[in-house]
Amino acid sequence: MTYLPAGLPSPVTESDGLDLPYWQGTRQGVLKVQRCGACNTWQWGPEWLCHHCRSWDMRWVAVEGKGRIWTWTRCWHPVHSALRDRGPYIAVLVELPHAGNIRMLGNLLGDPHREVTIGAAVEAVFEPHDDAHAPYTLVQWRIA
Amino acid sequence: MTSDLRSLRGKVAIVGIGETTYYKHGRSPEPEFKLALMAILGAAEDAGIDPRKIDSFATYSNDRNDPSRLAAALGTRELRLSNMQWGGGGGGGAAAVGNAAAAIVTGQADIAVVYRALAQGQFQRFGRAAAGGTVSGDNALINPYGIFVPAQRYALKFMRYMHEHGIERGAMRAIAMASYHHAQSNPRAVMYGRPLTEEMYDTARWISEPYRLFDCCQENDGAAALILVSAERAKDFKHKPAYVLAVAQGSDHRNAARSFNAPDFASSSFGPVAPHLWEMAKLGPGDVDVLQSYENFTGGVLMSMAEHGFFKPEEANEFLTLENLLAPSGKLPLNTSGGNLAECYMHGLELQIEAVRQIRGQSTAQVPDVQVAGVIAGPMVTPVSTMIVGSQETL
Repeated sequence: MTYLPAGLPSPVTESDGLDLPYWQGTRQGVLKVQRCGACNTWQWGPEWLCHHCRSWDMRWVAVEGKGRIWTWTRCWHPVHSALRDRGPYIAVLVELPHAGNIRMLGNLLGDPHREVTIGAAVEAVFEPHDDAHAPYTLVQWRIA
Repeated sequence: MTSDLRSLRGKVAIVGIGETTYYKHGRSPEPEFKLALMAILGAAEDAGIDPRKIDSFATYSNDRNDPSRLAAALGTRELRLSNMQWGGGGGGGAAAVGNAAAAIVTGQADIAVVYRALAQGQFQRFGRAAAGGTVSGDNALINPYGIFVPAQRYALKFMRYMHEHGIERGAMRAIAMASYHHAQSNPRAVMYGRPLTEEMYDTARWISEPYRLFDCCQENDGAAALILVSAERAKDFKHKPAYVLAVAQGSDHRNAARSFNAPDFASSSFGPVAPHLWEMAKLGPGDVDVLQSYENFTGGVLMSMAEHGFFKPEEANEFLTLENLLAPSGKLPLNTSGGNLAECYMHGLELQIEAVRQIRGQSTAQVPDVQVAGVIAGPMVTPVSTMIVGSQETL
């Protein structure tokens, strides 16, 4: 059971391979983000070099799937044909304080009508899409 | 400090404006390329020039109407500037004027047209995602969670901003109602004859929280164009010139960092851009007589105005009342043609045209004795852009 219905676009790795470790990690239930080997700056989303010190030594580091809600929206208008009968759903932008306050987007699992509080603690839930043409796993969030 | 040599101030004037009829999206009886031609011919007629003398073209947001084809169709005698502003969608509206003006000042163009045409029935809509398929890169981190369109992406920004600054819905409502109010005196407006009440605003359906229906712009078909020449020749044309006093474009530090990781994500992207505008114009927010501010969403207008210094974020609820925003006598009349919300979503180029009308004294919601008019192009994107036009008296 996935939070949003089937039919939304499937994520695939970039043709230049930049984000391959992230998508491989989520398949194994591991959340990996970039960290600079030279200056230890956390970086998300991925890029080829460190925005802080310009080092090419960007490493993929597993981080704990914990964070807090930085902002959110509840979407009502079905902008994609696959969402026509879904009703409202919640997207949260989650900040990871233990990884340089990088942010990542996901859905907030549970009642889509619930009250959402900025700052609330959340934890990652791996949501596999095994039936996709190229199977992938999304990182979702639930209240901790 | 920018020297006067490295400034656009007073060196270029807008001497012609043209618009097609504005339609709801998908309702244009004409194809997009023909709309572009109609707007350009309209602007040439307004200026009183032979359209074959337009030698330069500038646009934005990947406008599909290639200057070389336009020039061939118009019988342009000589094509000089052919310019596209990268990125930022409607954020490029003022930048396109700035790019054309810079080309004129540096001798790369003589008579330039800035244009934008949209026929969304012929092409993809902004507010609906394409079906199926795969996504990669930044979209792979966003689209699978049901976040596709600007209303959703920019809801995330403004939800945080409201939280940080205590913004109330009344401030958003005043912005929406000002646009609809002004559209009621503008027969060109798509929402002419369709006023908005407080109750309609408050009870409209949610699109993506905190945006309800009337916080969101329309999507429309049509075209608009402006003709620019050097200030030396500005008085040779039919109408009172509107002089470009300043243009600034850009965005803040790492604005495009993927997965919504811009350090100042909860912003309209004008933080470092607006100071360049005021410096070039040699003016400040208090000098602006009337403001056109691109409404993709009401929250974007609010953040744009704050980042331009019209008020502090903490003063937004107090400043943004309907009374303050209405022509002719409000503190700062806003979006006097009806703007993107109620005149037409001509990707903001109708706002540039309305600023020219206000300088000429030809608006359907005219503010008395306008000397300085501001135009803020599409906020929250990257890059954004913004400009100031003024009368002869401001030079």
